Amino acid sequence: MLKVEGLNVEVRGKQVLHDIDLDIPEGSTYVLFGPNGSGKSTLLATIMGFSQFEVTSGRIFFRGKDITDAPIDERARLGIGMLMQRPPNIPGVRLRSVLKATSGDGMDVERAAGELNMDSFLERDINVGFSGGELKRSEILQLQAQGPCFLMMDEPESGVDLVSIQVIGKKIRDLIGGIGCGSDGSGTIRSALIITHTGQILDFIEAQKAFVLANGTIQCSGSPDVMFERIRRHGYEECIRCHQRN
Amino acid sequence: MSSEELRRRAKHAGGKTASYGDDIDVDNFQVAPRELRAGEDLESLDRDLKDSIINVGVVPDQQERAGSFLLLDNSIVHTSKQVEGLEVMSTQEALKRYDWAKDFVWNAVQVDTDKYTAKTFMEDSDGYFIRVKSGVHVAHPVQAGQVLDSVRSMQNVHNVIIVEEGASMQFISGCTSTHCAKESLHLAASELYVMKGGSLTFTTIHNWASDISARPRTVIKVAEDATFIDNYISLGPIRSIQLYPKVFLDGPRAKANFSSISVAPPGCKLDMGCMAVLGAPETRARIVSRSITTGGEIINRGRLVGLAPMIKAHLECNSLIMADGGISIAIPELEARLPDVEMTHEAAVGKVAQDQVEYLMARGLSEDEAVGIIVRGVLEGGIVGLPDQIRLEVEKAIDQTNIGAL
Repeated sequence: MLKVEGLNVEVRGKQVLHDIDLDIPEGSTYVLFGPNGSGKSTLLATIMGFSQFEVTSGRIFFRGKDITDAPIDERARLGIGMLMQRPPNIPGVRLRSVLKATSGDGMDVERAAGELNMDSFLERDINVGFSGGELKRSEILQLQAQGPCFLMMDEPESGVDLVSIQVIGKKIRDLIGGIGCGSDGSGTIRSALIITHTGQILDFIEAQKAFVLANGTIQCSGSPDVMFERIRRHGYEECIRCHQRN
Repeated sequence: MSSEELRRRAKHAGGKTASYGDDIDVDNFQVAPRELRAGEDLESLDRDLKDSIINVGVVPDQQERAGSFLLLDNSIVHTSKQVEGLEVMSTQEALKRYDWAKDFVWNAVQVDTDKYTAKTFMEDSDGYFIRVKSGVHVAHPVQAGQVLDSVRSMQNVHNVIIVEEGASMQFISGCTSTHCAKESLHLAASELYVMKGGSLTFTTIHNWASDISARPRTVIKVAEDATFIDNYISLGPIRSIQLYPKVFLDGPRAKANFSSISVAPPGCKLDMGCMAVLGAPETRARIVSRSITTGGEIINRGRLVGLAPMIKAHLECNSLIMADGGISIAIPELEARLPDVEMTHEAAVGKVAQDQVEYLMARGLSEDEAVGIIVRGVLEGGIVGLPDQIRLEVEKAIDQTNIGAL
């Protein structure tokens, strides 16, 4: 579904990602581990197409189409969606307006919001004064409205309390387990790429593969549970060392 | 003040340039016609005129309106009221009917403020005189239309609103011009009084044309425990407008809240703002302005003056420049005369934030759709807390500007 080949990315003239290769087939969920500042968020934001992130070489393909130079909204309409870690405040723009604009009439807004305990936030300015957990729930609600078939999630569990994680985790599982790409009614089985530090989200989803991104490049990959356990015990260094040895 | 004294002052101020705004030579305009035609039915006005007033929130069928007033050029066309305890008449009529009315005329607004107020005095100008009697809560808004309909003409208006003790009213003032008006000028002196415990919500919708100029002069006096809420909306083209209403919070715990949203298309000059004087303990003032230039010039002034202890005041200005050639100037001023005050301001001028646009694009909206929704949000954010009926009028007005399609 998503293929990244030899990707190099600069932010404000400084190289952040080096020679990234990634191939995520339809119906699979991959996890991205890595220390703070290693370039994980940059990778997701580059795939989304945010303008701050400049691809200096390499290509990104989505469902067979080269989207390396495609505008953000085209990528979104093709079926790429992203849960942002720090979404911007937009004063005066209500959450309901955004949900309406993105879903058309394709979603029962009241019901979807109710299921995430977000009913009272529909008339609030989007993200303004939202707590950590509220931001995540708002992001998930927006992804539900958009219905992408490739879901990128940047630390979906950060800032979320132990009770809310249940609600959020299950919703994310449902989202990833769904089929179809936005308004495209085809039977596309969804894929996901998820950044996690705590690994909590792994209790809710079934991930097939994990990568460690450090110093702007993919150092190693393997089974998510095994790798998470290894990072928990030995830190990221072991993986980086193995990579350098090979 | 005696009428001789007023006349002497007005004469003296005949050539006095206003503090702000381009100078306009009033001698280049004829005084617009003033005919005796009160008592006309708003429903039977001609189509063009009806459409004009509907666009500024004045509804001819008077559905959900407690009272109505219409001024066409300098002719009072209509005055009516539907409820007890509310009076709607002309200022000149009020002066004839009530001896005390003279105490509310040229009291809040100084006749020698500038040459425009002097001219308004010299022309014996007329306008609306609205009174809400003590303790009366008027449920539906009262509406007043002021319409320019002549070529190279000057409309001179003198308005008075008195909300007596413990009374309340919502007021919609719609100012506009018909297709017949060309190169004309609107001058107005408006004196608003909110007495002890009273409440007045005053919403102005301006929709002039690219060859019309306006110099309204408004002063509001707010007594103990009273509240004044001002909403100002100007979304269409205008050659030049300069307004700077002043509110005096004279009684303890008096409150004033100003919100304005404005758009300056190319060729327009908007010089706006307001001043709040917090003259009594525990008074509150808040001024929020949201503006957008699509090529015109906008100056946003705001001045808070703290003269009494335990006051709180905030000034906020947010302006977007949407096109090359647009100019936006924010001039916030805070003046305090004692330590026990809490006065703040924030101002932001610039283009639509890129991260906001891209965030919405990542949800599948096109760049134009994203900018439209953000700009609309900026404007609507300026009118948060409006009474439902008035908010609907404003949202309609925003829809008509087609702001989403910028």
